[in-house]
Amino acid sequence: MSLSEAQVTQIAYLARLSLSDDELQDNTKDLNDILGLAEQLGAIETDDIEPMAHPLHMTQRLRADVVTEIDQSELFQSIAPKTGNGHYLVPTVIE
Amino acid sequence: MEWETVIGLEIHAQLSTKSKIFSSASTEFGQTPNSQACAVDLGLPGVLPVLNVEAVNKAIKFGLAVNAHINQRNIFDRKNYFYPDLPKGYQISQMDLPIVGEGEIEITVDEATKVVGVTRAHLEEDAGKSVHDMFNEYTAVDLNRAGTPLLEIVSEPDMRSAKEAVAYAKKIHALVQYIGICDGNMQEGSFRCDANVSIRPMGQEKLGTRAELKNINSFKFLERAINLEVERQQDILEEGGEVVQETRLYDAVKHQTRSMRSKEEANDYRYFPDPDLLPVEISNELLVSIKADLPELPVEKKARFITQLGLNEYDADVLTSQKSLADYFEVMLESNEKNAKLCANWVMGELSASLNKHQLEIEESPVVAAALAQLVARIGDDTISGKIAKDVFKAMWEGEGSADEIIESKGLKQMTDTGAIEAIVDEIIANNAPQVEQFKSGNEKILGFFVGQAMKATQGKANPKLLNELLRSKLN
Repeated sequence: MSLSEAQVTQIAYLARLSLSDDELQDNTKDLNDILGLAEQLGAIETDDIEPMAHPLHMTQRLRADVVTEIDQSELFQSIAPKTGNGHYLVPTVIE
Repeated sequence: MEWETVIGLEIHAQLSTKSKIFSSASTEFGQTPNSQACAVDLGLPGVLPVLNVEAVNKAIKFGLAVNAHINQRNIFDRKNYFYPDLPKGYQISQMDLPIVGEGEIEITVDEATKVVGVTRAHLEEDAGKSVHDMFNEYTAVDLNRAGTPLLEIVSEPDMRSAKEAVAYAKKIHALVQYIGICDGNMQEGSFRCDANVSIRPMGQEKLGTRAELKNINSFKFLERAINLEVERQQDILEEGGEVVQETRLYDAVKHQTRSMRSKEEANDYRYFPDPDLLPVEISNELLVSIKADLPELPVEKKARFITQLGLNEYDADVLTSQKSLADYFEVMLESNEKNAKLCANWVMGELSASLNKHQLEIEESPVVAAALAQLVARIGDDTISGKIAKDVFKAMWEGEGSADEIIESKGLKQMTDTGAIEAIVDEIIANNAPQVEQFKSGNEKILGFFVGQAMKATQGKANPKLLNELLRSKLN
Protein backbone atom coordinates (compact mmCIF):
# COMPACT_ATOMS: atom_id res chain seq x y z
CA MET A 1 0.00 0.00 0.00
CA SER A 2 1.23 3.47 -0.78
CA LEU A 3 -0.26 6.93 -0.55
CA SER A 4 -0.55 9.32 -3.47
CA GLU A 5 0.12 13.03 -3.08
CA ALA A 6 -3.58 13.63 -3.56
CA GLN A 7 -4.36 11.39 -0.59
CA VAL A 8 -1.80 13.16 1.56
CA THR A 9 -3.32 16.51 0.56
CA GLN A 10 -6.71 15.20 1.69
CA ILE A 11 -5.32 13.94 5.01
CA ALA A 12 -3.60 17.28 5.54
CA TYR A 13 -6.89 19.07 4.92
CA LEU A 14 -8.73 16.88 7.46
CA ALA A 15 -6.00 17.69 10.01
CA ARG A 16 -6.15 21.38 9.03
CA LEU A 17 -2.47 21.40 8.01
CA SER A 18 -1.31 23.48 5.10
CA LEU A 19 1.64 21.95 3.27
CA SER A 20 3.90 23.62 0.75
CA ASP A 21 4.75 21.64 -2.41
CA ASP A 22 8.11 20.61 -0.92
CA GLU A 23 6.49 19.56 2.35
CA LEU A 24 3.87 17.60 0.47
CA GLN A 25 6.56 15.63 -1.36
CA ASP A 26 8.60 15.07 1.82
CA ASN A 27 5.57 14.01 3.84
CA THR A 28 4.32 11.66 1.15
CA LYS A 29 7.72 9.98 1.07
CA ASP A 30 7.97 9.79 4.89
CA LEU A 31 4.46 8.42 5.26
CA ASN A 32 5.08 5.81 2.58
CA ASP A 33 8.32 4.77 4.31
CA ILE A 34 6.38 4.31 7.56
CA LEU A 35 3.67 2.32 5.77
CA GLY A 36 6.38 0.18 4.18
CA LEU A 37 7.79 -0.58 7.61
CA ALA A 38 4.35 -1.48 8.94
CA GLU A 39 3.70 -3.67 5.92
CA GLN A 40 6.20 -6.20 7.28
CA LEU A 41 3.46 -7.10 9.76
CA GLY A 42 1.48 -8.46 6.81
CA ALA A 43 3.71 -11.52 6.85
CA ILE A 44 2.21 -12.64 10.14
CA GLU A 45 -0.79 -14.99 10.22
CA THR A 46 -3.52 -13.03 12.10
CA ASP A 47 -6.72 -14.86 11.08
CA ASP A 48 -7.59 -16.12 14.55
CA ILE A 49 -6.40 -13.09 16.47
CA GLU A 50 -8.84 -10.56 17.86
CA PRO A 51 -7.75 -6.99 17.08
CA MET A 52 -6.21 -5.30 20.09
CA ALA A 53 -7.87 -2.08 21.28
CA HIS A 54 -5.18 -1.25 23.80
CA PRO A 55 -1.64 -2.50 24.48
CA LEU A 56 -2.34 -2.97 28.19
CA HIS A 57 -4.00 -6.17 29.35
CA MET A 58 -6.31 -4.33 31.67
CA THR A 59 -9.91 -3.19 31.64
CA GLN A 60 -11.34 0.27 32.21
CA ARG A 61 -11.78 1.35 35.81
CA LEU A 62 -15.03 3.16 36.45
CA ARG A 63 -15.63 6.35 38.40
CA ALA A 64 -18.48 6.93 40.87
CA ASP A 65 -21.06 9.43 39.62
CA VAL A 66 -20.11 12.26 41.96
CA VAL A 67 -19.51 15.93 41.19
CA THR A 68 -16.14 17.03 42.60
CA GLU A 69 -15.05 19.69 40.11
CA ILE A 70 -15.29 23.34 41.10
CA ASP A 71 -15.72 26.32 38.79
CA GLN A 72 -12.29 27.30 37.47
CA SER A 73 -13.55 29.08 34.38
CA GLU A 74 -11.69 32.31 35.18
CA LEU A 75 -8.38 30.48 35.36
CA PHE A 76 -9.09 28.54 32.16
CA GLN A 77 -10.26 31.63 30.29
CA SER A 78 -7.12 33.55 31.27
CA ILE A 79 -5.17 31.46 28.72
CA ALA A 80 -7.83 31.66 25.98
CA PRO A 81 -7.04 33.93 23.01
CA LYS A 82 -10.40 35.70 23.30
CA THR A 83 -13.36 35.58 25.66
CA GLY A 84 -16.55 37.58 26.23
CA ASN A 85 -19.67 37.23 28.39
CA GLY A 86 -18.13 34.16 29.98
CA HIS A 87 -17.84 32.49 26.57
CA TYR A 88 -14.81 31.43 24.55
CA LEU A 89 -14.83 33.45 21.34
CA VAL A 90 -13.79 32.13 17.93
CA PRO A 91 -14.05 33.57 14.41
CA THR A 92 -17.67 33.35 13.23
CA VAL A 93 -18.71 29.90 12.16
CA ILE A 94 -21.67 29.96 9.81
CA GLU A 95 -23.74 26.86 9.28
CA MET B 1 -44.62 6.77 -10.07
CA GLU B 2 -45.42 5.35 -6.69
CA TRP B 3 -42.70 5.89 -4.10
CA GLU B 4 -41.88 4.18 -0.85
CA THR B 5 -40.46 6.20 2.03
CA VAL B 6 -37.68 4.68 4.10
CA ILE B 7 -36.79 6.21 7.45
CA GLY B 8 -34.20 5.40 10.08
CA LEU B 9 -33.81 7.44 13.25
CA GLU B 10 -30.78 8.36 15.32
CA ILE B 11 -31.87 9.41 18.77
CA HIS B 12 -29.54 11.10 21.21
CA ALA B 13 -30.73 10.61 24.77
CA GLN B 14 -28.88 12.54 27.44
CA LEU B 15 -28.29 10.18 30.32
CA SER B 16 -29.44 11.67 33.60
CA THR B 17 -26.20 11.39 35.55
CA LYS B 18 -25.01 13.98 38.06
CA SER B 19 -21.51 14.23 36.59
CA LYS B 20 -20.17 14.01 33.06
CA ILE B 21 -19.26 10.83 31.23
CA PHE B 22 -15.49 11.27 31.54
CA SER B 23 -15.09 13.99 34.19
CA SER B 24 -16.44 14.91 37.63
CA ALA B 25 -17.96 18.21 36.46
CA SER B 26 -21.69 18.76 36.95
CA THR B 27 -24.18 18.16 34.12
CA GLU B 28 -26.83 20.51 35.50
CA PHE B 29 -28.72 22.42 32.82
CA GLY B 30 -28.89 26.20 32.53
CA GLN B 31 -25.90 27.20 34.63
CA THR B 32 -23.49 30.14 34.09
CA PRO B 33 -21.68 29.58 30.77
CA ASN B 34 -18.46 27.54 31.12
CA SER B 35 -18.80 27.26 34.93
CA GLN B 36 -19.16 23.48 34.55
CA ALA B 37 -16.45 22.87 31.97
CA CYS B 38 -13.42 21.41 33.73
CA ALA B 39 -9.93 20.67 32.40
CA VAL B 40 -11.03 17.26 31.04
CA ASP B 41 -14.04 18.76 29.23
CA LEU B 42 -11.80 21.46 27.75
CA GLY B 43 -9.31 18.88 26.53
CA LEU B 44 -6.36 20.56 28.24
CA PRO B 45 -3.04 18.72 27.89
CA GLY B 46 -2.27 16.02 30.45
CA VAL B 47 -5.81 15.18 31.47
CA LEU B 48 -7.21 11.64 31.52
CA PRO B 49 -10.86 10.73 30.94
CA VAL B 50 -12.30 8.27 33.48
CA LEU B 51 -15.59 6.58 32.65
CA ASN B 52 -18.68 7.25 34.81
CA VAL B 53 -20.17 3.99 36.17
CA GLU B 54 -23.72 5.38 36.01
CA ALA B 55 -23.44 6.11 32.30
CA VAL B 56 -22.50 2.46 31.77
CA ASN B 57 -25.33 1.17 33.99
CA LYS B 58 -27.92 3.35 32.28
CA ALA B 59 -26.82 2.21 28.83
CA ILE B 60 -27.11 -1.42 29.96
CA LYS B 61 -30.60 -0.71 31.33
CA PHE B 62 -31.68 0.54 27.92
CA GLY B 63 -30.18 -2.47 26.18
CA LEU B 64 -32.01 -4.88 28.44
CA ALA B 65 -35.28 -2.96 27.99
CA VAL B 66 -35.17 -3.43 24.20
CA ASN B 67 -34.06 -7.06 24.45
CA ALA B 68 -30.72 -6.21 22.95
CA HIS B 69 -27.48 -8.06 23.04
CA ILE B 70 -25.12 -6.34 25.50
CA ASN B 71 -21.52 -6.33 24.36
CA GLN B 72 -19.83 -7.27 27.60
CA ARG B 73 -16.57 -6.08 26.13
CA ASN B 74 -16.91 -2.71 24.45
CA ILE B 75 -14.49 -0.07 23.27
CA PHE B 76 -14.30 3.72 23.05
CA ASP B 77 -13.06 5.32 19.85
CA ARG B 78 -12.10 8.81 18.78
CA LYS B 79 -14.25 10.41 16.10
CA ASN B 80 -12.12 13.16 14.61
CA TYR B 81 -13.49 16.44 13.27
CA PHE B 82 -12.92 20.13 13.82
CA TYR B 83 -15.57 22.37 15.28
CA PRO B 84 -15.21 25.12 17.90
CA ASP B 85 -17.57 23.45 20.38
CA LEU B 86 -15.47 20.27 20.30
CA PRO B 87 -12.31 21.38 22.12
CA LYS B 88 -10.28 18.17 21.74
CA GLY B 89 -10.75 17.96 17.98
CA TYR B 90 -12.39 14.58 18.49
CA GLN B 91 -15.48 13.21 20.15
CA ILE B 92 -15.11 10.12 22.32
CA SER B 93 -17.67 7.67 20.96
CA GLN B 94 -18.03 3.98 20.19
CA MET B 95 -17.69 2.60 16.66
CA ASP B 96 -16.88 -1.10 16.18
CA LEU B 97 -17.90 -2.43 19.58
CA PRO B 98 -20.78 -0.38 21.05
CA ILE B 99 -22.14 -1.25 24.48
CA VAL B 100 -25.61 -2.18 23.14
CA GLY B 101 -26.01 -4.39 20.10
CA GLU B 102 -29.12 -5.42 18.16
CA GLY B 103 -32.50 -5.09 19.82
CA GLU B 104 -36.08 -4.29 18.87
CA ILE B 105 -39.14 -2.34 19.85
CA GLU B 106 -42.80 -2.68 18.96
CA ILE B 107 -44.80 0.24 17.64
CA THR B 108 -48.50 0.62 16.84
CA VAL B 109 -49.77 2.87 14.06
CA ASP B 110 -53.43 2.95 13.04
CA GLU B 111 -54.01 -0.22 15.04
CA ALA B 112 -51.32 -2.09 13.10
CA THR B 113 -48.40 -3.36 15.16
CA LYS B 114 -44.90 -3.68 13.79
CA VAL B 115 -41.45 -4.33 15.11
CA VAL B 116 -38.71 -1.77 14.51
CA GLY B 117 -35.13 -2.95 14.81
CA VAL B 118 -32.64 -1.16 17.02
CA THR B 119 -29.31 -1.52 15.23
CA ARG B 120 -27.18 -0.45 18.17
CA ALA B 121 -26.86 2.04 20.99
CA HIS B 122 -23.53 3.50 21.98
CA LEU B 123 -22.14 5.79 24.62
CA GLU B 124 -20.56 9.08 23.65
CA GLU B 125 -19.89 12.58 24.95
CA ASP B 126 -21.92 15.60 23.95
CA ALA B 127 -20.28 18.68 22.39
CA GLY B 128 -20.55 22.23 23.73
CA LYS B 129 -22.91 24.89 22.44
CA SER B 130 -22.08 27.55 19.85
CA VAL B 131 -23.92 30.85 20.05
CA HIS B 132 -23.85 32.72 16.75
CA ASP B 133 -25.89 35.81 17.57
CA MET B 134 -24.18 37.11 20.72
CA PHE B 135 -21.32 38.90 18.97
CA ASN B 136 -21.11 40.30 15.44
CA GLU B 137 -17.71 38.99 14.46
CA TYR B 138 -17.40 35.99 16.73
CA THR B 139 -19.06 32.74 17.57
CA ALA B 140 -19.36 32.35 21.34
CA VAL B 141 -18.74 28.91 22.81
CA ASP B 142 -20.23 27.56 26.04
CA LEU B 143 -18.68 24.23 26.99
CA ASN B 144 -20.95 23.37 29.93
CA ARG B 145 -22.63 20.69 27.84
CA ALA B 146 -19.31 19.28 26.58
CA GLY B 147 -18.83 15.83 28.07
CA THR B 148 -22.47 15.24 29.03
CA PRO B 149 -23.17 11.51 28.57
CA LEU B 150 -25.27 10.60 25.56
CA LEU B 151 -26.73 7.31 24.47
CA GLU B 152 -27.06 7.36 20.69
CA ILE B 153 -29.80 4.94 19.72
CA VAL B 154 -29.67 3.98 16.05
CA SER B 155 -32.66 2.30 14.42
CA GLU B 156 -32.80 0.08 11.37
CA PRO B 157 -34.32 1.79 8.30
CA ASP B 158 -37.58 0.03 9.17
CA MET B 159 -40.04 2.88 9.16
CA ARG B 160 -42.14 3.60 6.10
CA SER B 161 -43.93 6.83 7.01
CA ALA B 162 -43.49 9.94 9.13
CA LYS B 163 -46.25 8.57 11.36
CA GLU B 164 -44.29 5.39 12.03
CA ALA B 165 -41.16 7.40 12.73
CA VAL B 166 -43.05 9.51 15.27
CA ALA B 167 -44.55 6.39 16.88
CA TYR B 168 -41.07 4.87 17.22
CA ALA B 169 -39.56 8.08 18.62
CA LYS B 170 -42.41 8.37 21.13
CA LYS B 171 -41.93 4.75 22.20
CA ILE B 172 -38.22 5.31 22.84
CA HIS B 173 -39.01 8.60 24.55
CA ALA B 174 -41.47 6.89 26.91
CA LEU B 175 -39.11 3.98 27.51
CA VAL B 176 -36.08 6.04 28.55
CA GLN B 177 -38.28 7.85 31.06
CA TYR B 178 -39.83 4.63 32.36
CA ILE B 179 -36.45 3.15 33.10
CA GLY B 180 -35.18 6.45 34.49
CA ILE B 181 -32.15 6.96 32.28
CA CYS B 182 -33.15 10.27 30.63
CA ASP B 183 -35.52 13.09 31.60
CA GLY B 184 -36.83 13.28 28.03
CA ASN B 185 -36.94 17.08 28.03
CA MET B 186 -36.92 17.98 24.34
CA GLN B 187 -36.88 21.77 24.86
CA GLU B 188 -33.65 21.50 26.84
CA GLY B 189 -32.22 19.12 24.25
CA SER B 190 -32.12 16.06 26.51
CA PHE B 191 -33.79 14.02 23.78
CA ARG B 192 -32.94 14.79 20.16
CA CYS B 193 -33.95 13.07 16.94
CA ASP B 194 -32.15 13.00 13.61
CA ALA B 195 -33.98 11.34 10.75
CA ASN B 196 -32.38 9.59 7.78
CA VAL B 197 -34.91 9.86 4.98
CA SER B 198 -34.83 8.37 1.50
CA ILE B 199 -37.39 7.26 -1.06
CA ARG B 200 -37.35 4.48 -3.65
CA PRO B 201 -39.74 3.27 -6.34
CA MET B 202 -42.30 0.95 -4.74
CA GLY B 203 -41.05 -2.63 -4.94
CA GLN B 204 -37.38 -1.74 -5.42
CA GLU B 205 -35.05 -3.30 -2.89
CA LYS B 206 -32.07 -0.99 -3.20
CA LEU B 207 -32.28 2.01 -0.90
CA GLY B 208 -32.33 5.49 -2.38
CA THR B 209 -29.82 8.19 -1.45
CA ARG B 210 -30.68 9.57 1.94
CA ALA B 211 -30.65 12.97 3.53
CA GLU B 212 -30.14 13.38 7.26
CA LEU B 213 -32.53 15.82 8.94
CA LYS B 214 -31.26 17.57 12.04
CA ASN B 215 -32.43 20.19 14.50
CA ILE B 216 -35.80 18.62 15.22
CA ASN B 217 -36.93 19.30 18.77
CA SER B 218 -40.52 18.07 18.89
CA PHE B 219 -42.51 15.11 17.60
CA LYS B 220 -44.73 17.47 15.63
CA PHE B 221 -41.70 18.90 13.84
CA LEU B 222 -40.32 15.40 13.26
CA GLU B 223 -43.45 14.45 11.33
CA ARG B 224 -43.51 17.72 9.40
CA ALA B 225 -39.81 17.67 8.56
CA ILE B 226 -39.99 14.10 7.23
CA ASN B 227 -43.07 14.78 5.09
CA LEU B 228 -41.43 17.92 3.75
CA GLU B 229 -38.25 16.02 2.89
CA VAL B 230 -40.17 13.23 1.16
CA GLU B 231 -41.92 15.81 -1.04
CA ARG B 232 -38.60 17.49 -1.83
CA GLN B 233 -36.99 14.21 -2.88
CA GLN B 234 -40.02 13.20 -4.97
CA ASP B 235 -39.89 16.51 -6.82
CA ILE B 236 -36.18 16.06 -7.54
CA LEU B 237 -36.51 12.45 -8.74
CA GLU B 238 -39.64 13.05 -10.80
CA GLU B 239 -37.89 15.87 -12.62
CA GLY B 240 -35.06 13.46 -13.44
CA GLY B 241 -32.64 14.83 -10.87
CA GLU B 242 -30.57 13.09 -8.21
CA VAL B 243 -30.78 13.33 -4.45
CA VAL B 244 -27.49 14.36 -2.85
CA GLN B 245 -26.38 12.69 0.37
CA GLU B 246 -26.25 15.57 2.81
CA THR B 247 -27.29 16.89 6.20
CA ARG B 248 -30.26 19.24 6.18
CA LEU B 249 -31.42 21.54 8.96
CA TYR B 250 -35.11 21.83 9.65
CA ASP B 251 -36.34 25.37 10.19
CA ALA B 252 -39.60 25.18 12.12
CA VAL B 253 -40.43 28.86 11.65
CA LYS B 254 -40.09 28.87 7.85
CA HIS B 255 -41.19 25.21 7.63
CA GLN B 256 -38.37 24.28 5.27
CA THR B 257 -35.17 22.29 5.32
CA ARG B 258 -31.87 23.64 4.06
CA SER B 259 -28.58 22.00 3.28
CA MET B 260 -26.09 22.20 6.14
CA ARG B 261 -22.92 20.73 4.67
CA SER B 262 -22.12 17.80 2.48
CA LYS B 263 -21.84 15.09 5.07
CA GLU B 264 -18.31 13.85 5.24
CA GLU B 265 -17.81 10.21 4.37
CA ALA B 266 -17.85 8.09 7.53
CA ASN B 267 -14.19 7.15 7.23
CA ASP B 268 -13.22 10.78 7.07
CA TYR B 269 -13.86 10.83 10.80
CA ARG B 270 -10.79 8.57 11.08
CA TYR B 271 -12.14 6.56 14.00
CA PHE B 272 -9.54 4.72 16.05
CA PRO B 273 -9.56 3.24 19.56
CA ASP B 274 -9.00 5.95 22.17
CA PRO B 275 -5.67 5.13 23.83
CA ASP B 276 -6.78 7.05 26.95
CA LEU B 277 -9.53 4.54 27.65
CA LEU B 278 -9.17 0.83 28.25
CA PRO B 279 -11.74 -1.68 27.00
CA VAL B 280 -14.85 -1.80 29.20
CA GLU B 281 -15.78 -5.16 30.64
CA ILE B 282 -19.23 -5.87 31.99
CA SER B 283 -19.61 -8.82 34.32
CA ASN B 284 -22.46 -11.32 34.25
CA GLU B 285 -23.24 -10.37 37.85
CA LEU B 286 -23.77 -6.73 36.89
CA LEU B 287 -26.08 -7.70 34.03
CA VAL B 288 -28.14 -9.92 36.30
CA SER B 289 -28.45 -7.28 39.00
CA ILE B 290 -29.46 -4.52 36.57
CA LYS B 291 -32.01 -6.81 34.98
CA ALA B 292 -33.48 -7.59 38.39
CA ASP B 293 -33.77 -3.88 39.15
CA LEU B 294 -35.54 -2.93 35.93
CA PRO B 295 -38.93 -1.35 36.65
CA GLU B 296 -42.09 -2.57 34.94
CA LEU B 297 -41.70 -1.75 31.24
CA PRO B 298 -44.48 -0.10 29.19
CA VAL B 299 -45.31 -3.36 27.37
CA GLU B 300 -45.58 -5.23 30.66
CA LYS B 301 -47.69 -2.50 32.21
CA LYS B 302 -50.00 -2.48 29.20
CA ALA B 303 -50.49 -6.22 29.42
CA ARG B 304 -51.25 -5.96 33.14
CA PHE B 305 -53.80 -3.18 32.57
CA ILE B 306 -55.59 -5.44 30.11
CA THR B 307 -55.51 -8.70 32.06
CA GLN B 308 -55.83 -7.42 35.64
CA LEU B 309 -57.94 -4.31 35.21
CA GLY B 310 -59.96 -5.40 32.21
CA LEU B 311 -59.11 -2.34 30.13
CA ASN B 312 -59.30 -2.62 26.37
CA GLU B 313 -56.19 -2.56 24.18
CA TYR B 314 -56.65 1.05 23.13
CA ASP B 315 -57.09 2.42 26.65
CA ALA B 316 -54.15 0.42 27.96
CA ASP B 317 -52.00 1.67 25.09
CA VAL B 318 -52.84 5.34 25.65
CA LEU B 319 -52.41 5.13 29.43
CA THR B 320 -48.97 3.54 29.15
CA SER B 321 -47.78 5.81 26.34
CA GLN B 322 -46.18 8.17 28.87
CA LYS B 323 -44.78 7.30 32.27
CA SER B 324 -46.36 10.40 33.82
CA LEU B 325 -49.80 9.41 32.50
CA ALA B 326 -49.47 5.83 33.78
CA ASP B 327 -48.25 7.10 37.17
CA TYR B 328 -51.26 9.42 37.46
CA PHE B 329 -53.66 6.62 36.55
CA GLU B 330 -52.07 4.23 39.03
CA VAL B 331 -52.31 6.72 41.89
CA MET B 332 -56.04 6.99 41.11
CA LEU B 333 -56.36 3.21 41.19
CA GLU B 334 -54.98 3.00 44.73
CA SER B 335 -58.36 4.11 46.07
CA ASN B 336 -60.45 3.02 43.08
CA GLU B 337 -59.46 -0.54 42.25
CA LYS B 338 -63.03 -1.41 41.21
CA ASN B 339 -63.50 1.69 39.08
CA ALA B 340 -60.54 1.11 36.74
CA LYS B 341 -62.49 1.70 33.55
CA LEU B 342 -64.11 4.83 35.01
CA CYS B 343 -60.67 6.13 36.06
CA ALA B 344 -59.34 5.45 32.57
CA ASN B 345 -62.26 7.30 30.99
CA TRP B 346 -61.71 10.32 33.19
CA VAL B 347 -57.96 10.48 32.62
CA MET B 348 -58.31 10.09 28.86
CA GLY B 349 -61.47 12.20 28.63
CA GLU B 350 -62.14 15.18 30.84
CA LEU B 351 -58.62 15.46 32.29
CA SER B 352 -56.73 15.14 28.99
CA ALA B 353 -59.12 17.55 27.27
CA SER B 354 -58.62 20.18 29.98
CA LEU B 355 -54.84 19.70 29.92
CA ASN B 356 -54.80 20.10 26.14
CA LYS B 357 -57.00 23.15 26.28
CA HIS B 358 -54.70 24.86 28.76
CA GLN B 359 -51.54 23.40 27.18
CA LEU B 360 -50.42 21.81 30.42
CA GLU B 361 -48.44 18.66 31.05
CA ILE B 362 -50.08 16.13 33.33
CA GLU B 363 -47.51 16.91 36.05
CA GLU B 364 -48.80 20.49 36.02
CA SER B 365 -52.47 19.54 36.36
CA PRO B 366 -54.31 21.65 38.93
CA VAL B 367 -56.34 18.53 39.72
CA VAL B 368 -53.92 15.94 41.13
CA ALA B 369 -54.50 12.20 40.86
CA ALA B 370 -55.72 11.71 44.42
CA ALA B 371 -58.27 14.52 43.97
CA LEU B 372 -59.63 13.09 40.73
CA ALA B 373 -59.71 9.68 42.40
CA GLN B 374 -62.10 11.06 45.01
CA LEU B 375 -64.37 12.46 42.32
CA VAL B 376 -64.46 9.14 40.47
CA ALA B 377 -65.20 7.35 43.75
CA ARG B 378 -68.26 9.57 44.21
CA ILE B 379 -69.54 8.54 40.79
CA GLY B 380 -68.79 4.94 41.66
CA ASP B 381 -70.75 5.02 44.89
CA ASP B 382 -73.71 6.90 43.27
CA THR B 383 -73.23 10.08 45.30
CA ILE B 384 -73.29 12.05 42.06
CA SER B 385 -74.04 11.28 38.42
CA GLY B 386 -71.41 11.37 35.70
CA LYS B 387 -73.01 14.51 34.31
CA ILE B 388 -72.85 16.40 37.60
CA ALA B 389 -69.30 15.12 38.04
CA LYS B 390 -68.24 17.15 35.00
CA ASP B 391 -69.41 20.32 36.74
CA VAL B 392 -67.64 19.29 39.93
CA PHE B 393 -64.47 18.66 37.88
CA LYS B 394 -64.67 22.17 36.41
CA ALA B 395 -64.97 23.63 39.91
CA MET B 396 -62.01 21.51 41.06
CA TRP B 397 -59.98 22.73 38.10
CA GLU B 398 -60.80 26.32 39.12
CA GLY B 399 -59.45 25.56 42.59
CA GLU B 400 -62.77 25.63 44.43
CA GLY B 401 -61.85 22.69 46.64
CA SER B 402 -61.96 18.92 46.76
CA ALA B 403 -64.72 16.86 45.14
CA ASP B 404 -66.41 16.21 48.49
CA GLU B 405 -66.22 19.88 49.49
CA ILE B 406 -67.75 21.04 46.21
CA ILE B 407 -70.50 18.39 46.26
CA GLU B 408 -71.34 19.44 49.81
CA SER B 409 -71.17 23.22 49.41
CA LYS B 410 -73.13 23.26 46.15
CA GLY B 411 -75.60 20.66 47.33
CA LEU B 412 -74.99 18.36 44.38
CA LYS B 413 -75.64 15.04 46.07
CA GLN B 414 -77.77 12.80 43.98
CA MET B 415 -81.39 12.42 45.11
CA THR B 416 -81.84 8.78 46.05
CA ASP B 417 -84.87 9.44 48.25
CA THR B 418 -87.63 7.53 46.42
CA GLY B 419 -90.40 9.52 48.09
CA ALA B 420 -89.01 12.89 47.00
CA ILE B 421 -88.46 11.79 43.41
CA GLU B 422 -91.90 10.18 43.35
CA ALA B 423 -93.53 13.49 44.33
CA ILE B 424 -91.78 15.28 41.49
CA VAL B 425 -92.69 12.54 39.02
CA ASP B 426 -96.33 12.71 40.06
CA GLU B 427 -96.41 16.44 39.55
CA ILE B 428 -94.86 16.21 36.09
CA ILE B 429 -97.30 13.51 35.02
CA ALA B 430 -100.22 15.60 36.31
CA ASN B 431 -99.07 18.70 34.40
CA ASN B 432 -98.35 17.03 31.07
CA ALA B 433 -101.42 15.09 30.08
CA PRO B 434 -100.83 15.24 26.28
CA GLN B 435 -97.35 13.69 26.62
CA VAL B 436 -98.73 11.01 28.95
CA GLU B 437 -101.24 10.13 26.24
CA GLN B 438 -98.49 9.89 23.63
CA PHE B 439 -96.52 7.51 25.85
CA LYS B 440 -99.54 5.35 26.46
CA SER B 441 -100.21 5.14 22.72
CA GLY B 442 -96.76 3.62 22.27
CA ASN B 443 -94.37 6.58 21.80
CA GLU B 444 -91.45 5.29 23.91
CA LYS B 445 -89.29 8.21 22.93
CA ILE B 446 -91.41 10.62 24.88
CA LEU B 447 -89.94 9.11 28.03
CA GLY B 448 -86.93 11.34 27.41
CA PHE B 449 -89.18 14.37 27.77
CA PHE B 450 -90.23 13.24 31.27
CA VAL B 451 -86.65 12.49 32.27
CA GLY B 452 -85.65 15.94 31.09
CA GLN B 453 -88.45 17.61 33.07
CA ALA B 454 -87.53 15.67 36.21
CA MET B 455 -83.85 16.49 35.86
CA LYS B 456 -84.73 20.15 35.38
CA ALA B 457 -86.86 20.11 38.52
CA THR B 458 -84.06 18.49 40.53
CA GLN B 459 -81.17 20.45 38.94
CA GLY B 460 -79.89 17.19 37.50
CA LYS B 461 -79.58 15.53 40.87
CA ALA B 462 -82.17 12.76 40.55
CA ASN B 463 -80.58 9.33 40.42
CA PRO B 464 -81.12 8.45 36.73
CA LYS B 465 -81.73 4.76 37.34
CA LEU B 466 -84.27 5.36 40.08
CA LEU B 467 -85.99 8.07 38.06
CA ASN B 468 -86.39 5.81 35.04
CA GLU B 469 -87.88 3.02 37.10
CA LEU B 470 -90.36 5.36 38.79
CA LEU B 471 -91.43 7.01 35.54
CA ARG B 472 -92.04 3.69 33.83
CA SER B 473 -94.08 2.24 36.65
CA LYS B 474 -96.17 5.44 37.03
CA LEU B 475 -96.80 5.92 33.30
CA ASN B 476 -97.88 2.34 32.86
